[in-house]
Amino acid sequence: MDNQFLTWGKRLLWLNMLFSFLFLYIPIVILVAFSFNDSRLGARWEGFTLKWYVEMFSSDAVLSALSNSLIVAFTATTIATILGTMTAVAMERFRFPFRKTFDGILYLPVIIPDIVMGVSLLAFFSLLTSIVNGALGLSGNDSIRPGLVTVIIAHISFIISFVTIVVRTSLKDFDKSLEEAAQDLGADEWTTFRRITLPLIAPGILGGALLGFTLSLDDYVITAFTTGPGGTTLPIEVFGRIRRAISPEINAISTLMLMMSMMLIIISQVVQRRSAKM
Amino acid sequence: MTVGVELRDVTKRFDDFVAVDNVSLQVMDGEFFSLLGPSGCGKTTNLRMVAGFELPTKGEIYLKGKPVGQLPPFKRNVNTVFQNYALFPHLTVAENVGFGLELKKLPKPEIEKRVVEALEMVRLPNVGKRKPQQLSGGQRQRVALARAIINRPEVLLLDEPLGALDLKLRRAMQLELKEIQQQLGMTFIFVTHDQEEALTMSDRIAVMNLGHVLQVGTPKEIYARPNSRFVADFIGETNFLPCKIVKSPAAGMAEVNLGGEFNLQAACEVEVHVGQEVTLAIRPEKINLHSLQESLIDDAVLTGTIMEIVYLGTDTRYTVWIMDNISLEVRQQNVVDTDDMGHFQRGEEVKISWLSNSGRVLIN
Amino acid sequence: MRSRQKAYLAVLLSPGALWLLFFFITPSLLIVVYSLLERKDGGGVIWSFTLDAYIKLFTPNEGTFINDFLIIFLRSFWWATLTTVICLLVGYPLAFYIARQKPSVASTLLFLVMIPFWTNFLVRTYAWKFILNNNGLINTILQAFDFAPWSLINTPTAVLIGMVYGSLPFMVLPLYASIEKFDFSLVEAGQDLGATYWQVFTRIFLPLTLPGIAAGSILVFIPTVGQYVVPTILGGGKVAMLGNILAQQYGSALNWPFGSAIAVVFMVLLMGGIIIYFRIEQEQEI
Ligand SMILES: Nc1ncnc2c1ncn2[C@@H]1O[C@H](COP(=O)(O)OP(=O)(O)OP(=O)(O)O)[C@@H](O)[C@H]1O
Ligand SMILES: [Mg+2]
Repeated sequence: MDNQFLTWGKRLLWLNMLFSFLFLYIPIVILVAFSFNDSRLGARWEGFTLKWYVEMFSSDAVLSALSNSLIVAFTATTIATILGTMTAVAMERFRFPFRKTFDGILYLPVIIPDIVMGVSLLAFFSLLTSIVNGALGLSGNDSIRPGLVTVIIAHISFIISFVTIVVRTSLKDFDKSLEEAAQDLGADEWTTFRRITLPLIAPGILGGALLGFTLSLDDYVITAFTTGPGGTTLPIEVFGRIRRAISPEINAISTLMLMMSMMLIIISQVVQRRSAKM
Repeated sequence: MTVGVELRDVTKRFDDFVAVDNVSLQVMDGEFFSLLGPSGCGKTTNLRMVAGFELPTKGEIYLKGKPVGQLPPFKRNVNTVFQNYALFPHLTVAENVGFGLELKKLPKPEIEKRVVEALEMVRLPNVGKRKPQQLSGGQRQRVALARAIINRPEVLLLDEPLGALDLKLRRAMQLELKEIQQQLGMTFIFVTHDQEEALTMSDRIAVMNLGHVLQVGTPKEIYARPNSRFVADFIGETNFLPCKIVKSPAAGMAEVNLGGEFNLQAACEVEVHVGQEVTLAIRPEKINLHSLQESLIDDAVLTGTIMEIVYLGTDTRYTVWIMDNISLEVRQQNVVDTDDMGHFQRGEEVKISWLSNSGRVLIN
Repeated sequence: MRSRQKAYLAVLLSPGALWLLFFFITPSLLIVVYSLLERKDGGGVIWSFTLDAYIKLFTPNEGTFINDFLIIFLRSFWWATLTTVICLLVGYPLAFYIARQKPSVASTLLFLVMIPFWTNFLVRTYAWKFILNNNGLINTILQAFDFAPWSLINTPTAVLIGMVYGSLPFMVLPLYASIEKFDFSLVEAGQDLGATYWQVFTRIFLPLTLPGIAAGSILVFIPTVGQYVVPTILGGGKVAMLGNILAQQYGSALNWPFGSAIAVVFMVLLMGGIIIYFRIEQEQEI
């Protein structure tokens, strides 16, 4: 009776696993498959075509959104990775007043729902631009408005926290006496950081940067609230199209975005393998 | 001989906890100096203050007469061999060993030459290209040593460097370390909680407990003339007998009463007065056992009953009951191995004796 | 601390700290301030103090205890709870199954969970719209077999499917991490002492994997309460959640103080929950 119980348990577990993966993957597979469907309307299969990809790559809107997305992701990730790494080192290697408080604040951008962060940044940027415009006497088309820059600033604000968390775990993992050994051998703080700490936490930094890059490419909500003219990113473009109607073109753009995610996953796996070997 | 390292009234406090309490020490140039004490007594903290990883809360540290207490580690001509070796995993062995010289911007050929020399000195040629992870524990230990001595520091600090090695390797490394130290004539400050290690290797030992330095001296002084109950107990085995002073000391000898009619002479280097409750310390191997009939030349003689006999190979340990709740541990060398447990039987009444100056009066 | 160490710390800490102070803390506090100001037509605020926004939020409809906004609050929390429970019910056995495979299989399966985790959320939500839409895949298939069309999109079910779909990997990964750490000899020890399978599960396995359950639940619950993308795309505005009314007040309705008040109450509820959770966790650790 016990054995039967176990056998059934195992079967149920297996079924649950199977259905979970089908649930996770069928929609994605369908999405990709129908990006090659030769029909503008609906989801009836009419034959294979690449025309949606051709159309996508000849659409100025898509291309400029893609380039905006990449600009935002690269800039925001770079700045946030530098700031986040510095913050992580400060948090893990020093004691200072209000450290606990700051620790809590660092987690907030991760916890707070993106919609709340989005509206608060919207309020903040509109106040800020109106103050700046007032001070400079700018109005109409000359005035400073939210756009790509505000999007980048907003992205940095939440990526910093993710990078800090990831880098802190890799700092925690490594033996502090290595840094002491370097200082003991005559390396000052900066040399110690450059020669010992940085090489050893590089996988963590890269991991944090990849996560940040993905989050930036992924983000719709915060971008939607902080963007302005000329600041349309790929998710904004896609969201607009989805709200209008489903179309095979969206499937093609989605497939493109899937490919970008895949590339990031592969890179991150390679990074992990590398660092595991060390 | 000049003073290499000096700690003057050094105190280190972590929040409310006093890890090192008003310690003053002088380590001579070229000396092999050990800090010995139980876990948590402040040995590492002392060492870290000399290295510059911790700042003293109070007091000053001098290197060759110059105050260094406030200098960061990289500005002190001191190197450390870490307990866990702390070898840089992303650098090769040669890069690890050459790290200090590279930072001093020495020319490459010179660095390479000295790395080879240093690795030869620790008997590890031909591993320069490997990563530390590809070495055994003992080899890593040697690399850590090479990495430190290559910089020719004024003082080398070693924090339980042999702690992670197995017993046999440990013994071998003890000898090697000592040899290298004598060869280089370098000052070593060596932290250990292993009394045997400290005794075999050191020129002088400082025994620490609870943040205090209790006694500083040569291994022989520490072993033969402990100045406190803690030191006597921590180093080697000791019998402690409660007793009372009956005659004040003269010429370093005092008379004590063990209770009943047992009155003895014992070495006394401390201030005592008649009637004071003190402790008589006597090492087990200094005590002799005799059958009751034997006539004795030793001056301190008691009688007792053998309660337990344990055969230990080189010697045999007897537990002898003397009176009430006082019993003594006695060790007798097994000069001749007999089939039975020796000359004495369990339950046998025996005479025990020792030379008066083997016993020491310690203040409670 | 030595003064040069202080300088070093300042150099390391200040850029990140100042950034967060300026671009995260200030905006968050600004929302609190805005919620106490008067609304300005056309967006923005008039700088005079009022509690109007909060009064509007907490005034019940006549003859009831509740109003439309509070209903949306309740709905968002209820749906997030549902989503979390469903993810847990599916994710726990899934994580268990993965953890019990041999390492090579386990790492492959785990990788298969990671892929959706890293994949664009918008794209994954759109995939369901493509399937559930009135002219989507399911209805196209139904039509092909001459069945009546099935109205799936813009229903609570569609929103729930989308949220479970989006959140499942966030549940499985922390669960896997804690189950993988579990020492399975404890199961034998438990059985040795006479525990049944059920007792082993509830008395040994469940308590020891609780941190994973907690982490996964937080990772699923919080983003789900504040969902905007899923209810918009799969709910079509007919099934609004908190994210929708927040966006609405800051967008078409142009009532910033009211939107801010919603955000503030929302954050107070979330933070309160999180603080209580950590309190309980700390107490249990002692
Ligand atoms: N950074 C620190 N913060 C607080 N307390 C500390 C710190 N470093 C050491 N201590 C405390 O100071 C005391 C002495 O520590 P130390 O490491 O010097 O002991 P030790 O003699 O080296 O012991 P062991 O033989 O175990 O290495 C210990 O009780 C320890 O808990
Ligand atoms: Mg120590």
